[in-house]
Amino acid sequence: MLFDKFQTMADFQAELAERQVTPFGAVTEEILSATEGIVEGHRVILAGTNNYLGLSYDPRCIKAAQEAAARWGTGTTGSRLANGSFAEHQALETEIAGFYGVDNAIVFSTGYAATMGMCSTLAGPGDVILLDADSHASIYAGVRLSGAEIIRFKHSDPDDLAKRMRRLGDRAGQALIIAEGIYSMLGDVAPLKEIAAVKREYGGYLLLDEAHSMGALGSSGRGAAQDAGIEADVDFTVGTFSKSLGSIGGFCISPHAELEAIRFCITAYIFTASSSPSIIASTREALRIIGEEPERRTRLWDNADRLYQGLKALGAKVGPTASPVVAVEMEDRSQTIDCWKALLESGVYVNLVIPPASPSTNFLLRNSVSAAHSTEQIDRIVAAYASLKDAGLLPTSRES
Amino acid sequence: MTDYQEYLEFLYSALKEQNKKNVPLNEHTALVADIGLSSLEVMEFIEKIEDHFDISIPLNILPDVNTIGELAKKVKELNL
Repeated sequence: MLFDKFQTMADFQAELAERQVTPFGAVTEEILSATEGIVEGHRVILAGTNNYLGLSYDPRCIKAAQEAAARWGTGTTGSRLANGSFAEHQALETEIAGFYGVDNAIVFSTGYAATMGMCSTLAGPGDVILLDADSHASIYAGVRLSGAEIIRFKHSDPDDLAKRMRRLGDRAGQALIIAEGIYSMLGDVAPLKEIAAVKREYGGYLLLDEAHSMGALGSSGRGAAQDAGIEADVDFTVGTFSKSLGSIGGFCISPHAELEAIRFCITAYIFTASSSPSIIASTREALRIIGEEPERRTRLWDNADRLYQGLKALGAKVGPTASPVVAVEMEDRSQTIDCWKALLESGVYVNLVIPPASPSTNFLLRNSVSAAHSTEQIDRIVAAYASLKDAGLLPTSRES
Repeated sequence: MTDYQEYLEFLYSALKEQNKKNVPLNEHTALVADIGLSSLEVMEFIEKIEDHFDISIPLNILPDVNTIGELAKKVKELNL
């Protein structure tokens, strides 16, 4: 039967319905600020929104979007290759390229389309791609479409990458290496200095996904490559507007002038409508703001550190270092669902992550921090986890 | 040059640890359907093979591999 393969998911949905819990697709009924909303009837602190710099509710971005909608209309109703290239799109491409100090940029309608589109187009049959094992689903989707030979290297393991580049022999010089800045589920930062060193030794091209690190890392917010001082080694940077920039859309920037020819070969760019002018306008404003307000990054990391240290002090199983994404490792699916529900009811919305969305076989409560969170809100998030611990629901590490 | 049988023998020995149900192994034994390897265990098994033969096994070939024999043939091709 065509539908047999969906039965496991249908059973899981039935289990969730019986337990009266909606971790996937929980409905936000009202947004009160960048960090507060009404979700499934509960007034909550939003700690699972990737709104790293808190710009989704910035009055300047809202005003820019309103003015653009009034001037340009609500949508472009067409592809960038047909009627969908407005002056706003071109201006954003110039500005995002300028932000990264390069000459070439493409703006996509979503971050998924940017990553999937670039990964499916850059390499083709006869080429070889080496990708980090914990790459985002959009990367896997792209490389599978590419027709290239796909080789995984162990997550954030430059030695394994080097070993696999050596095995390629002469082909290494043409290989496409794919890594991310901050990995979305556990919040770990890639060892980019070491990865860049492998690329320098063996050759090849490096595509870096800065979706979760743009705005969060680097002296001017350009991301993990800037933070690691290896921007000159990156051939293609892809990213999203839907996290630090608070809107939706994606981009690719590159020092290679060939990006302009590549643009016309990306089906995920060609065969979809371009972003609404209001989206582009708010993104442009947000990009300007992150350039002018570096203190947002400082607040983000202060908040990340406060949440990380608070959860660590409780004995929660968190990663080795603080990050804008703080994942708490749980033991099994049922326990993770119970804790997610308890957190929601106590006024904290986080993300529930289960395999295969999580790396390995982890069950996670994924918290994302915002510069817009107040200290008091961070403390309330920690207090909600403390209640889970008191109720015997939170698994803790041995040393706690 | 290692022949097909030697590849099979290596795969049998490499699977010992993961063959928790002690399924009798032959070239027709299916890695997932018979031995019950999870997707993570398949990747760990692949890594063992890669390191032993100093090769990289592309992800592209995995959809065509169900049995130990099919994998032995692919590894032999890659190791030529």
